[in-house]
Amino acid sequence: MMMTAPPVRTLFAVLAVLLFTAPLTLPARAELTVDITQGNIEPLPIAVPNFIASDDVARRFSIDIAQVISDNLERSGLFRPIDKQAFISQPQSLGVNPRFANWKPLNAQALVVGEVNIEPNGALRASFRLWDVFAENQMTGLSLTTTQANWRRVAHIISDTIYERITGEAGYFDTRIVYIAENGPSDRRVKRLSIMDQDGANHRFLTDGKTLVLTPRFSPTQQEITYLAYFNDQPRVYLFNIDTGEQELLGDFPGMTFAPRFSPDGDSVIMSFAEGGNSDIHVMDLRTRRVRRLTDNPAIDTGASYAPDGRKIVFESDRGGSQQLYVMNSDGGGQQRISFGDGRYGTPVWSPRGDLIAFTKIFRGTFHIGVMRPDGSGERLLTRGFLVEGPTWAPNGRVLMFFRQEKSDARGLGGTPRLFSIDLTGFNERELGTPVGGSDPAWSPGPLRQ
Amino acid sequence: MRFNIPGLVVAAFVLAACSSTGDDSANSGSTGASSASSGGNQTATAPTGPKPGTQQDLEVNIGDRVFFAFDKSNLTADSRTVVERWAAWLKTYPANKVVIQGNTDERGTREYNLALGERRADSARDYLVSLGVDSNRVKIVSFGKERPAVPGSNESAWAQNRRAVVVINAN
Repeated sequence: MMMTAPPVRTLFAVLAVLLFTAPLTLPARAELTVDITQGNIEPLPIAVPNFIASDDVARRFSIDIAQVISDNLERSGLFRPIDKQAFISQPQSLGVNPRFANWKPLNAQALVVGEVNIEPNGALRASFRLWDVFAENQMTGLSLTTTQANWRRVAHIISDTIYERITGEAGYFDTRIVYIAENGPSDRRVKRLSIMDQDGANHRFLTDGKTLVLTPRFSPTQQEITYLAYFNDQPRVYLFNIDTGEQELLGDFPGMTFAPRFSPDGDSVIMSFAEGGNSDIHVMDLRTRRVRRLTDNPAIDTGASYAPDGRKIVFESDRGGSQQLYVMNSDGGGQQRISFGDGRYGTPVWSPRGDLIAFTKIFRGTFHIGVMRPDGSGERLLTRGFLVEGPTWAPNGRVLMFFRQEKSDARGLGGTPRLFSIDLTGFNERELGTPVGGSDPAWSPGPLRQ
Repeated sequence: MRFNIPGLVVAAFVLAACSSTGDDSANSGSTGASSASSGGNQTATAPTGPKPGTQQDLEVNIGDRVFFAFDKSNLTADSRTVVERWAAWLKTYPANKVVIQGNTDERGTREYNLALGERRADSARDYLVSLGVDSNRVKIVSFGKERPAVPGSNESAWAQNRRAVVVINAN
């Protein structure tokens, strides 16, 4: 089945060059770092003044890029951008050392100095240096050249560079979220496949809401989404091409297929197939279209998610009498239960770092988002609510997104789901604003590689 | 020429609008209209009652849904009685095909509930077929927790949403 939807333009290439300068002073103290593994840390004060603009065209970008960087860093919960009103001076040149004496009284530990130029061919060039204010040395620097339309990505890449340099962890700002936009009362809700940047910008509805759609997931290249759609009231797994808007039915199953995820190499899609009241996990090779059955059990086996190395699969099953988590080899062998706590466990998602599995847990009528090690040990619950469901990992494995829904009233109002992110530590839970409600978020597996 | 037909169609529409709950009877109107325009093989009934063999007939005179306990898919004794009426009705109207829609309440995760809804619809189909209804006449679909019949987050709404609903298949 082929259908079309408005295409989403891919981004142009971003040219990046590291800016090196010889350190003018030797580090006089320990390196400026933030250890993000330790729970509720004190956010690092950072100054992000407007970038220096070469002309009037560059001026708008110089303000907007600084704002996006500041917002990204603030939302991470690890940084506290200092109020611009408090600044004593504005950086005048990227080429000289900042006047550190003007930033120390603000207790700015780090300072971002940037510059925006518009090239003769119209290209946007943004350069920045990250300074350790008290050590008075440069921590990193980067120069990026791209189209003006790409200015947000420039801001995200700079944010990632700052985050990485200071925390030692990969950044996650140059990423996107695919999710299900939801609006209307609970018994007449309209659901649309939607995509946006991780900060909610560049939002697009990819489907029109006439067909029920659920559970989207990115391919590793981010060119495709696999998801569940009810064309002709038949729930089946589809591939959706983000660039062309074309969709393709996956497989020729005589019943419902659902819960699709890509394998880490992108060569196959794993999904559940329901027949005769029994759901089992199958995997389809996208090149040969060959389907292999991985579980064969009269229970509900679903929610399969690959380990990042592709060798193991975590899934949920009620074969033991209630919904629990199991791990198996990628060929279906060695199936083993890993969740043994009180309650029901579902929607397992393997961390991109491989060290943890996130899940939804239902215990005594309350929903939780939690994580455990792949052997089932070390269970830790991060948040709870009337309904919290469907965790997805940021590509650095440090932040999760999920959806939260409150009770709805007799008119079906009040229960519109909304998207939230939370640190792996359980702190810094924040709502991500969307045009209407949102559910089933899936974080892109990394920055766009182009 | 039967002048009472247009009136009958209108009545069917009004009734469908009153008894509709969510998506379950989304095609009630069109089913009523098409049966009416084809003339039907039954004698004309009073314009106030549903036309026999239609979705409205199922909803009003037979009972179009069965309910389940939390996280369960087995048919209760009451539910089996309802499915037995479906079987009799399908034998009376051998041209009718149906879809059984399986649904859940909102107290579970989305993908599990899709599977649970399928299990419930299949449970009803299984019994229907065991009563002698041709399996080719009975399709199933699961909407999981996506199509509640009754809005609200309370035990009463959840009990009414844990259901399998039989709908005439227009295809």
